[in-house]
Amino acid sequence: MTKTDKDNIADGGSKEFLTATVAGQIFGIPVLQVQDVLSEQKVTRVPLAPKEIAGSLNLRGRVVTAINLRHKLGMPEKPAEMKTMYIVVEHKGELYSLIVDSVGEVLSLPDTDFEKTPVTLEASWRALAIGIYRLKDELLVILDVPGMLEALFMKDDAA
Amino acid sequence: MDDLIQEFLAETTESLNALDNDIVKLEQNPDDKDLIGRIFRLVHTIKGTCGFLGLPRLEAVAHHSENIMGRYRDGSLQVTVDSISLILEAFDCIKGIVAGIAETEKEPEGDDSDLIARLDAVFEGKDAPAKTAPQAEKKKKGNKEEKTEFVPTPDQLFEPVRAENYSAEPADAAPAEPAPAPQAKAAKPATASQPATAAAAPATPAGEKSLRVSVDVLENLMTMVSELVLTRNQLLQILRTQNDSPFTPPLQRLSHVVSDLQEGVMQTRMQPIGNAWSKLTRIIRDISVELGKKINLDMRGSETELDRQVLELIKDPLTHMVRNSGDHGIETPEERLAAGKPEEGTILLNAFHEGGHIVIEISDDGRGLSSERIRKKAIEKGVATEEQIKNMTEQQIQQFIFAPGFSTAEKVTAVSGRGVGMDVVRTNIEKIGGTIEMKSIAGKGTTFTIKIPLTLAIVSALIVESSGERFAIPQISVQELVRLSANGENKLEKIHGTPVMRLRDRLLPLVSLTKILKLEETEDDRANKQVIVVEAGAQTFGIIVDRVFDTEEIVVKPVSPILKNIRLFSGNTILGDGSVIMILDPNGIANAVGKIADSPDRENGRTAEAARAIADNERKTSLLIFKAGSGAPRAVPLALVSRLEDFEVDKIEVSGLKKVIQYRGALMPLIPFSDQMTLKDKGNQPVLVFSDRDRSMGLMVDSVVDIVEERINVQITAENNFGMLGSAIIHGQAMDVIDVGHFLSIAHNDWFGVKSDGQFQKQEKTLKILLVDDSPFFRNMLSPMLSVAGYNVVSAQSGDEAMGLCRAGEQFDLIISDIEMPGMNGYEFAQKIKAHDSKWKNIPLFALSSHATAQDFDRGKAAGFNNYIAKFDREALLRSIASLGEAA
Repeated sequence: MTKTDKDNIADGGSKEFLTATVAGQIFGIPVLQVQDVLSEQKVTRVPLAPKEIAGSLNLRGRVVTAINLRHKLGMPEKPAEMKTMYIVVEHKGELYSLIVDSVGEVLSLPDTDFEKTPVTLEASWRALAIGIYRLKDELLVILDVPGMLEALFMKDDAA
Repeated sequence: MDDLIQEFLAETTESLNALDNDIVKLEQNPDDKDLIGRIFRLVHTIKGTCGFLGLPRLEAVAHHSENIMGRYRDGSLQVTVDSISLILEAFDCIKGIVAGIAETEKEPEGDDSDLIARLDAVFEGKDAPAKTAPQAEKKKKGNKEEKTEFVPTPDQLFEPVRAENYSAEPADAAPAEPAPAPQAKAAKPATASQPATAAAAPATPAGEKSLRVSVDVLENLMTMVSELVLTRNQLLQILRTQNDSPFTPPLQRLSHVVSDLQEGVMQTRMQPIGNAWSKLTRIIRDISVELGKKINLDMRGSETELDRQVLELIKDPLTHMVRNSGDHGIETPEERLAAGKPEEGTILLNAFHEGGHIVIEISDDGRGLSSERIRKKAIEKGVATEEQIKNMTEQQIQQFIFAPGFSTAEKVTAVSGRGVGMDVVRTNIEKIGGTIEMKSIAGKGTTFTIKIPLTLAIVSALIVESSGERFAIPQISVQELVRLSANGENKLEKIHGTPVMRLRDRLLPLVSLTKILKLEETEDDRANKQVIVVEAGAQTFGIIVDRVFDTEEIVVKPVSPILKNIRLFSGNTILGDGSVIMILDPNGIANAVGKIADSPDRENGRTAEAARAIADNERKTSLLIFKAGSGAPRAVPLALVSRLEDFEVDKIEVSGLKKVIQYRGALMPLIPFSDQMTLKDKGNQPVLVFSDRDRSMGLMVDSVVDIVEERINVQITAENNFGMLGSAIIHGQAMDVIDVGHFLSIAHNDWFGVKSDGQFQKQEKTLKILLVDDSPFFRNMLSPMLSVAGYNVVSAQSGDEAMGLCRAGEQFDLIISDIEMPGMNGYEFAQKIKAHDSKWKNIPLFALSSHATAQDFDRGKAAGFNNYIAKFDREALLRSIASLGEAA
């Protein structure tokens, strides 16, 4: 936090995001929420679980629940040969990993480039995004990770 | 008692050390109220505990110090350097005594009257015995001066204390050091804290014997050790595949060390079970007083240790059971004397280790369980039927106390009967992987035996595979493993698609793991399937799996909150090979299975379930499938069946041409399903009992096959097919659905004399009812029911058809309509009927719907319905119609 705080003073505010790609769309997750980035993992499917839950994996002796972002975002299934990566986040003391196609670099983005989520965006996406950053070539959708996980709890309660 | 003193010493030493600093601070900030308060509380606690533990010397010193602290606290005494020194001296004395106790387990001999006198002097406001200038600098320097003034030398200040405390060989306390007294002398008295430190030195052994560690640290340690155990297992597994590995010796040593470490860490979490028992003495005392009983609580093996987590979880069940024993088990002194027993009853608590488990026995020498009362209650509560109970052993009947909602206490006392029953106790114990057994002999007493695992952190589990996925099943719930063979003893049989297996002399219900977890079916390996016989709650059943691997020690990890709602898993774990697998919860499976297999349970939840099924718009109906006569099995809507009974053939009486049986204090006619049916010579006759208000009839069938939940579509057959509503495809098979009304009217005929020659006589005026419902099933269920109740029913399958009857000039006394109908719905239909130009506007109109919330009700009323009845509430419907008939 200290670094970003200093940056904030220096250039009028900026935040750091880890970027990741899912089905061609680039997403950002606040760096401070990210615990770990893993390459290909063995995921155990959990029977009867909601379809967004890909299963559980073992991260150094802790059980991590893997969430299939493609499902959550209503995107097509990934081609079988495509590799995946896992971004591990902690929420309320539990570990979750978001399955993405690839993980990019960490970007420090000025607050001035931040935009609210367009109201015209599909509702399911609007619920998952905090906002958008205008990058040079593309638009970075910032994921609301805690919100998304909370929504999964809710969904589960209703089920 | 030893533990208590040990604990007291550790605590006191710890606090005293912390207070040395506080007192020095107090000297510098004499007005710090918080500080004074803190010191006061500590001294007060020491005083109180000493009194309790019987340590008069310590108590006296603490008491007199407390007096001074009390005056500081009130502000009635000025904090002076002298008095602080005195208090410090008193604290040193306390420390000395504490150290002495730590060594010899009793207070060292000694006389503190001098110190006490000086403390009292300060307390009485004389300040210090030798008072110096009031403007005494509140500095350490001043401290020194004053001290030398009123107490000649530091030697003298500490010497008496030392001498008293260490009369019990001070040299032994610290053999490596110079004698403590000289050390104290050598220490500069200039700093107030230093003498205290020096004095504390010999006292440290008390603090070192036990250390207070936060539970979190221990939990964390436990988790890490668990991981270590898993890694060890993993290594050993690899080792097994290697021959002559150079790693073998070191790994085996590692394995031993890890086992010891695991045991050691486990030990840190262990607590004597006595901790959970401590409040029982009080509870039993209260019960004795309140109920005028004499009860002796005998606790044995209270030092038996178990994991604190387990301890927490069994505390409440144990309390409940002991309370039960005292309340229900032990008789009053008069009753006991009359029964030839000693006046005083005994409740014995006994705990001991057995294998990897701890066994707790709770026995009383009271009146024992009264099978008679349990039997009555079981019938009353609908837990079992009279017929079932007749064939049960004493032991089986007694097990009913574990049934939900069962309490044998005839009256609810303040002591027990709070709605927590033995079922809750059982559930709680099973939740932690334990078992509970009960033996009771009337007049002699009852014994409960609880067996629980020592720890929850590591359990032994069976690893199984179904459809290529692995799962763990806790070993404790596994009773045995049976291999299914295609032919031979252990073959899988099916009753209407439901797998069962004959296991020795009983029929074991089976559930396929693949099916219950909705895994993909795999066709291979069919012949080699295994059945894991598990016991969960009152049920024993078999789980069919593809393969069984061996047992593994697993560390139970809670499932992610996102997956908490899947009740079939109790947790997950990481196996030796690093993969995550789910741990199956046999209780969860039993509950899931119970919905299909446990009929008494369903009977209670029947209406609710049926209503839910309808609300889902699924139109699923529970059907009872039975065999009677030749041909395919037949079906009857379960909602119409009140009970299934098995009557002994000898009990069936023949009166005239009719067969009757005494049932619930009345004669119930028994109707054979078909005329060809003959009674068996002996054995039991299965009977479906249909009840309508206070009337019952029994339909004799050959056997009850199954209960299924199906969307049914009854194809109506010819009118004259007596006893049949029509046929329906159930589970892919065509079955006749019987017309209960037909059989009811046979029974009705001579029993009530309502219908003697096809004419209704009971009611002066037969109400003519129009029933509008799009579902043929409901039309065909309600029509016979209403007909039997003595009404003339005409049915229509849509609002349009009904309006057609209206235009045709038909008149009715009542119209009952469904709400959800294709085309014209119930509300629209009602508006049409109640329109002012309608011929039917004065006819009472009832809504019959599965949606029966207040809003639905209001909406129905607004649309013109006179009454709104829930679809499954037959009673309400009949009552409403009856009241209409009376009014007419």
